[in-house]
Amino acid sequence: MTSIQLWTLIWVVLTFGLYVLIAWRSRVADTEGFYVAGHGIPSVANGAAVAADWMSAASFISMAGLIAFQGYGGSVYLMGWTGGYVLLALLLAPYLRKFGKYTVPDFVGDRYSETARAVAAVAAIFVSMTYVAGQMRGVGIVFSRYVGIEIFGDPVIGGVLIGMAIVFFYAVLGGMKGITWTQVAQYSVLIVAYLIPAIAIAYTLTGNPIPQLSFGSLATDLNGLQQELGFSGYTDPFTAENRNMLNMLLITGALMIGTAGLPHVIVRFYTTKTVRDARASAFWALLFIAILYTTAPAVGVFAKTNFIDTVEGASVNNLPQWVVDWQDADLITIDDKNEDGTIQFAPGEVADPESTNEIEPDLDIMVLANPQIAGLPAIVVGLVAAGGLAAALSTASGLLLVISSSVAHDFYYKRFRPNASEAQQLMAGRIAMACAIVVAGWFGINPPAFVGQVVAFAFGLAAASFFPIIVLGIFWKRANAQGAVAGMLTGLIFTAAYIMATVPDEAGAIFFGLDPLFGISPEGIGTIGALLNLIVTVVVSRATAPPPQKMMDLIEDIRYPGAAPATRPH
Amino acid sequence: MDESQRQQYWRSNLTLMSALLVCWFLVSYVCGILLVEPLNNIVINGFPMGFWFAQQGAIVTFVVLIGVYVWRMDRLDDEYGVGRDNANGDAGARDERKG
Repeated sequence: MTSIQLWTLIWVVLTFGLYVLIAWRSRVADTEGFYVAGHGIPSVANGAAVAADWMSAASFISMAGLIAFQGYGGSVYLMGWTGGYVLLALLLAPYLRKFGKYTVPDFVGDRYSETARAVAAVAAIFVSMTYVAGQMRGVGIVFSRYVGIEIFGDPVIGGVLIGMAIVFFYAVLGGMKGITWTQVAQYSVLIVAYLIPAIAIAYTLTGNPIPQLSFGSLATDLNGLQQELGFSGYTDPFTAENRNMLNMLLITGALMIGTAGLPHVIVRFYTTKTVRDARASAFWALLFIAILYTTAPAVGVFAKTNFIDTVEGASVNNLPQWVVDWQDADLITIDDKNEDGTIQFAPGEVADPESTNEIEPDLDIMVLANPQIAGLPAIVVGLVAAGGLAAALSTASGLLLVISSSVAHDFYYKRFRPNASEAQQLMAGRIAMACAIVVAGWFGINPPAFVGQVVAFAFGLAAASFFPIIVLGIFWKRANAQGAVAGMLTGLIFTAAYIMATVPDEAGAIFFGLDPLFGISPEGIGTIGALLNLIVTVVVSRATAPPPQKMMDLIEDIRYPGAAPATRPH
Repeated sequence: MDESQRQQYWRSNLTLMSALLVCWFLVSYVCGILLVEPLNNIVINGFPMGFWFAQQGAIVTFVVLIGVYVWRMDRLDDEYGVGRDNANGDAGARDERKG
């Protein structure tokens, strides 16, 4: 066992022990505790939980690597995944908290109709399920690379099973309460794990320990370095077809609206004590997220600079240790095509004979490899692995809660067993949670072929289904059930169809790889889907009868904080 | 709150919201994407400004915007004497914080 593996194991045991301890102390005995933590979470803690819930394996592990290789084009993730919180804070959070139920389909069902509730519940389950598969996979990959424990002869399976067991323990036992307090701990772990190497590398490369301030001149240097090697400049905009100005606008839009429409994020604003606290937690959440999101572009620049410095022109027989390690894990491809004994880094794929490029890393390894590239000690490298696990587990648990509540609350209780007792409902919630964990784990071990496109799918569908009808439901009293159902279905079907038709066919399974219309990237189609949803909802609502007076009173009521005659405790 | 106070409260809320959403649009879509090329000609502390808005400035502004929203809405609630009760209408459970 190497010292990196040893330190990773120590960090993993310590942090997992902490999560289990917290879970045991916050176990619950009623559905209000299970679904919305008894509406009793203070706003700073809720903000940290939202941040951990939100920042997934993709934010922690993949994002800086994507930015390192897309330069300016990677800004869509930075602006999209933070700008959505402005929409969430201003347009949804305070009103949904005032409404005060358990799930997103609850609002859709009470505001519109039972049909609308069913459509929303199916969409919530589908969006969350596509997203959770990637998280469990992330857990497996971190385990296989760093800990290397083999269960059933495969390190990925072992990692996924351990991750499932931990989530099972705290999610089934503590529901939203257990999940929230564990997420507060997970946020602390992941942010420390992200900042320590970033600060250390910033200091070594620039002499200034604050990554946000120090990466500007490095990025400009990188422009020249990349141009020498035949790439476009790092900070130059619109250098690729799928990141031209139109697509930059549309993808940023889809990620923003999708963020504000993701059920596992929206539901967190039900967990606070008051409307005031719901607003404040949106602020804390974005502040905590921004700490990582403003560091990520700096990490991207550091990683790219270090990468080019260490591999370009390196001797094939004397590669740096981190390259050898990741090559063993099949996550770096190297081929000395011109047989000159050194590595040339150039545009294009290694497998493409037209390209002179001889090295191609999997982008996911950049954050994990960065501390090793910069020569930081094993204790820090191990901590980064624990941070990646915290990010993946916290997001997985939030998603699993949405799946369980949609199945047990929106379907079992609301549709089939409206007179189920408190104990039966809680048991149904726990069983649904356990089943969801098993399904998520199965997808983690046998990822569906489209797992790489999960981001486009989950965000596009969330943007095109929930956001427009919830906003209209709050701000436009005239919106009615027929409009909402028609709008949601239009948005969902249009977006899903476009993504399935245009995503490149590498995955083979369900995509057709047709040419996109007007060059619109499938990642950005959610913006158009949301717009269609909005238009259809407005047109159909106008063409049909207005909602009943009782509904108008409900909407009037959620617009004002504090108690009012029309609100009733659930 | 009577009917006219409600309308005033709602109007103040909508005005604040619209102003903040205009800022949201300006820093991300306008400075970060539409005007990125001209802004990149200005370089401060090594950062071409269009690139800076897209990867730093927009995010920092978003945090400030939500901060302003929280601050102004809390004051608005205090002016109208609402928002301190438990949102479920459970008037017995008073929030004990002092604003």
